[in-house]
Amino acid sequence: MNKLFFDKVIGDPLNRVDGRMKVTGAAKYSAEYQLPNLVHAVVVPSTITKGRIKSVDSKAALRSPGVLAVISHENAIKVPGNADNEHPTEPPTGGQPLRAFYNNKVYFNGQPIAIVIADTLERAQYAAGLVKFEYDQDKHVTDFELNKGKGVLPEKAKKDPKSSLADYDRGVVDAYKTAAVTVEAEYIHPTEVHNPMELQAITAYWETDDKLTVYDKVQGTKPTQQAFAKEWNLPVQNVKVISEFVGGAFGNGLHNWPHETAAIIAAKMVKRPVKLMLRREHMFYMVGYRPYTWQQIGMGASADGKITGISHIAIGQTSTYEEFTESTVQQTKMMYASPNVSTRYRILPLDVSTPIWMRGPGEATGAFALECAMDELAFALNMDPIQFRLANYTDEDPEKKLPWSTKYLKECLEVGAEKIGWSKRSMKPGGLRAGEWLVGYGMGVGTFGAHRGAAAVRGRLLANGTIIFQSAVTDIGPGTGTAMVQIASEHIGIAPDKITFQLGNSDFPQAPNQGGSATVATVGSAVVATCNAIKEKLLTMAPTAEKRFANAKMEEILFDNGQMSLLKSPSIKVSYTNILKKNSLTEIDIIQDAKPDDESNKYSKYSFSVHFVQVHVHPTTGQVKVNKVVTCADAGKIVNKKTAGNQLIGGVTGGIGMALMEDAIIDHRFGRYITKDFADYHVPVHADVPQIEVYFVDKPDYIVDPMGTKGLGEIAIIGVAPAVANAVFNATGKRIRQLPITPDKLI
Amino acid sequence: MNQFQYSRVTHSNAAVSAVSKEKAAMFIAGGTNLIDLMKRGIVNPTRLVDINRVPLNEIKTEGNSLIIGALALNGPVAESKLVTEKFPLLAQALNAGASAQIRNMATIGGNMLQRTRCPYFYDTTMPCNKREPGTGCGALEGFNRMHAIFGFSDQCIAVHPSDMSVALAALDASVLVIGPKGERRIPFTDFHRLPGDKPQIDTNLQAGELITSVTIPDNGFNKNVHYLKVRDRTSYAFALVSVAAALQIEKNTIRDARLAMGGVAHKPWRLTEAEKFLIGKPVSEASFSEAAKIAMQGAKAFKYNTYKLTLAPNSIVQALKVAAKLV
Repeated sequence: MNKLFFDKVIGDPLNRVDGRMKVTGAAKYSAEYQLPNLVHAVVVPSTITKGRIKSVDSKAALRSPGVLAVISHENAIKVPGNADNEHPTEPPTGGQPLRAFYNNKVYFNGQPIAIVIADTLERAQYAAGLVKFEYDQDKHVTDFELNKGKGVLPEKAKKDPKSSLADYDRGVVDAYKTAAVTVEAEYIHPTEVHNPMELQAITAYWETDDKLTVYDKVQGTKPTQQAFAKEWNLPVQNVKVISEFVGGAFGNGLHNWPHETAAIIAAKMVKRPVKLMLRREHMFYMVGYRPYTWQQIGMGASADGKITGISHIAIGQTSTYEEFTESTVQQTKMMYASPNVSTRYRILPLDVSTPIWMRGPGEATGAFALECAMDELAFALNMDPIQFRLANYTDEDPEKKLPWSTKYLKECLEVGAEKIGWSKRSMKPGGLRAGEWLVGYGMGVGTFGAHRGAAAVRGRLLANGTIIFQSAVTDIGPGTGTAMVQIASEHIGIAPDKITFQLGNSDFPQAPNQGGSATVATVGSAVVATCNAIKEKLLTMAPTAEKRFANAKMEEILFDNGQMSLLKSPSIKVSYTNILKKNSLTEIDIIQDAKPDDESNKYSKYSFSVHFVQVHVHPTTGQVKVNKVVTCADAGKIVNKKTAGNQLIGGVTGGIGMALMEDAIIDHRFGRYITKDFADYHVPVHADVPQIEVYFVDKPDYIVDPMGTKGLGEIAIIGVAPAVANAVFNATGKRIRQLPITPDKLI
Repeated sequence: MNQFQYSRVTHSNAAVSAVSKEKAAMFIAGGTNLIDLMKRGIVNPTRLVDINRVPLNEIKTEGNSLIIGALALNGPVAESKLVTEKFPLLAQALNAGASAQIRNMATIGGNMLQRTRCPYFYDTTMPCNKREPGTGCGALEGFNRMHAIFGFSDQCIAVHPSDMSVALAALDASVLVIGPKGERRIPFTDFHRLPGDKPQIDTNLQAGELITSVTIPDNGFNKNVHYLKVRDRTSYAFALVSVAAALQIEKNTIRDARLAMGGVAHKPWRLTEAEKFLIGKPVSEASFSEAAKIAMQGAKAFKYNTYKLTLAPNSIVQALKVAAKLV
């Protein structure tokens, strides 16, 4: 194997183009826009879990100084686009999003049931505490474990048996049961909350009665624009969504939530711009979460380690009013060369708020079960877990029966094993110690579809030789603007410091949500298309400035350093600025779109990662220290090794949280969260995060997109938690199948 | 947060008289816990008397004793040479608590007075006898993974969250307070109280009393000490169980011992019987295990904290082993 494919993440990666703005505070986030006459809003959450609001007493709040309005279902203006139905049955998969202040129904504890508007935030907060509600309470059901037998097939799968959510059978059902060596186990993944640093915030402003502007923390300005235009029955161009900077989101900005509509209602009613920022506690139930998921895996192999069957059942929690689904069983369908695979995916509606994709979404939850089960079976076979995976490696997608566009997972396995020092691993659990601490090694594989969507990008080449690009896409943290500048630089031949990439504004050309690790492939392709269109234009205009380009063809020209030259006679050249000048143009302004071609459908497209973890476990106190992590990623061509490395490190850190600490717990007597702040809901602190080494295969995949990239954000976390769990087993012989792996489970 | 009056004083007598005049007045120093409690509507003082300018932040020795002013900050105390050299157990306990930012705001007096972190106490929609007497204990039948195994009542099973207090309880500290009736000294182990039928009262402070200093006698526990805090993450998390262990060892024999636990009771849990047992015993894991067994007598767990019945003795043994330099 050629190790030249790998580079440690050093070199000359471009610094973030907006890095200085972020660290100096110049970057404006959604809650930082100070509009004239701005007023402040605070949402009031329900304190019951299920029932009806009998009455709202807002008298004291309205008397409180500075209060402009108290809005609830009793007095809210009608949202014109709201479907007028008591029993929602609409897409996306079933049910519909909760409509703010639509009626007196309470569907979950913490549902926003009123919004208080005042001239200052403090006055709004104070008054919010004065609003009193009377309820008719119904019996609620929030306990997943007691009700998991009531999981249902998602509507989407019922309507479409070919849906990826439908029951999947390859070969014989439950064939694993007759294998030479088998494992059967249940795995529990608790509810996890995205909890980005930046709280969800929106500033809503009605410029006129039918023109709405929102500064909103979302992952897509265009999808949000569409949603609000529909909700308010407005022409799309009358809604403007600005989300220029997003302080992390991890998926919770992929849905429009009731608090956003509440702020828009309030702005309309008080006729002033309204700013609303959620509290940390609200982040647990108002803006989605990774759902509690129960899984069962049965897996069997021949004595020589060939998998003969896998059965995987997953049941994930959703709300009663909206079906949330994710691809929890996907990796099981395509990762290993088993002739027999069955998956069953169910959802369990409970009296809770709707979940939403959280980094690596269902795939990360599913990988916890699958990659732990792989470790369990390898152990039962007395096989090295890497050898076991290599023995079941697939050179084509066994689900789709298509060749991979690219797959360099073997390379990842080999390099990762070397870098973590896998050869030191003891096959026998508890076989290694460092002082009194038990030492264990574990690994887990992650995969995620290398998705690409359609997008358009505007490019304006100016007379001074600089170029400005625009896209509606958001940047939730990976450094999208930076990557786009690098792609543009290469394809238009202009130095990065002369390129500006503007984003996060719905006035700019179409881009989908930033999610599903698809942004570079999707928007980057449109950047390339726009660059190509500009180059075509330059070529047609070049002869005016330099006659010798008259018959030149595109492939005969080098575009570099702000000028075009003939490849065969480099001395024949002309600058972009000169071309514009001689053509009496102040700029070239082009919008070009790009979408995947049909050819790419002949391949199965995935990114891959392998995470290697070394843990230390204290034998009597059960404390787990992740001592070292090595992550290797096959994510196609890496555009920026610094920001890409940063993404991997962030994802692994999230994976450590998933493995060892994150746990959003509900007291089912009340239906309320118990752990709902950063004191009780633990995410890793610096002291929990060890040295994380990241390596990239860095080989292009031109089937996915013209840059050769594949998605990276999700595979950064998928497979981390099982790697930690497997390392803990290797250290202690204790197999913890319910996350998080806290000290109490290990003593 | 409710509206309140704010006044600032520069002398402890003025502080006491300002707070004594008004039933729901409270002192404020670092405010790292009180402000949270006020924001959540858990305590609703009508007046805050700011004592930050009262000159009570000195760290000094008097004879063999260490005296720490009530307004000395947790961070600087943990770094003070007077503390690290003669009372390293206290420094370790302080550094195990909270985060660097909080330690630089929080005072020694405030640290003792922090309220429990029981989630039922913090959520005003849930039952809690400590917050609202008579509403019941949410944790008793609820999510009680973090809760007490010693000294609880059917009214309250919360634990005291302070790490520093566990070390002070072990080190025979005492608390000097000034109140409307003058000064008095309270042994540290009597400073906090058990919940009984009045879980709303955490300490034996009387109305209007202000902590002015803490005194630790030099008992010679500066060599073989260890504060072990077992928690869900490495920093900025409350203890599942913590142990303050201090030994005096002569020729492999334990001459004297101090032992207290945190995260197991409504107050720092001093383990005097186990200490007595250890005196004269050889330094060995067997001695420590036996002491831990004694320490655990009377422990009783709830649905989600049965692990503490194992973790607590394991932690005692581990802390003693580290203190004795056996590991």
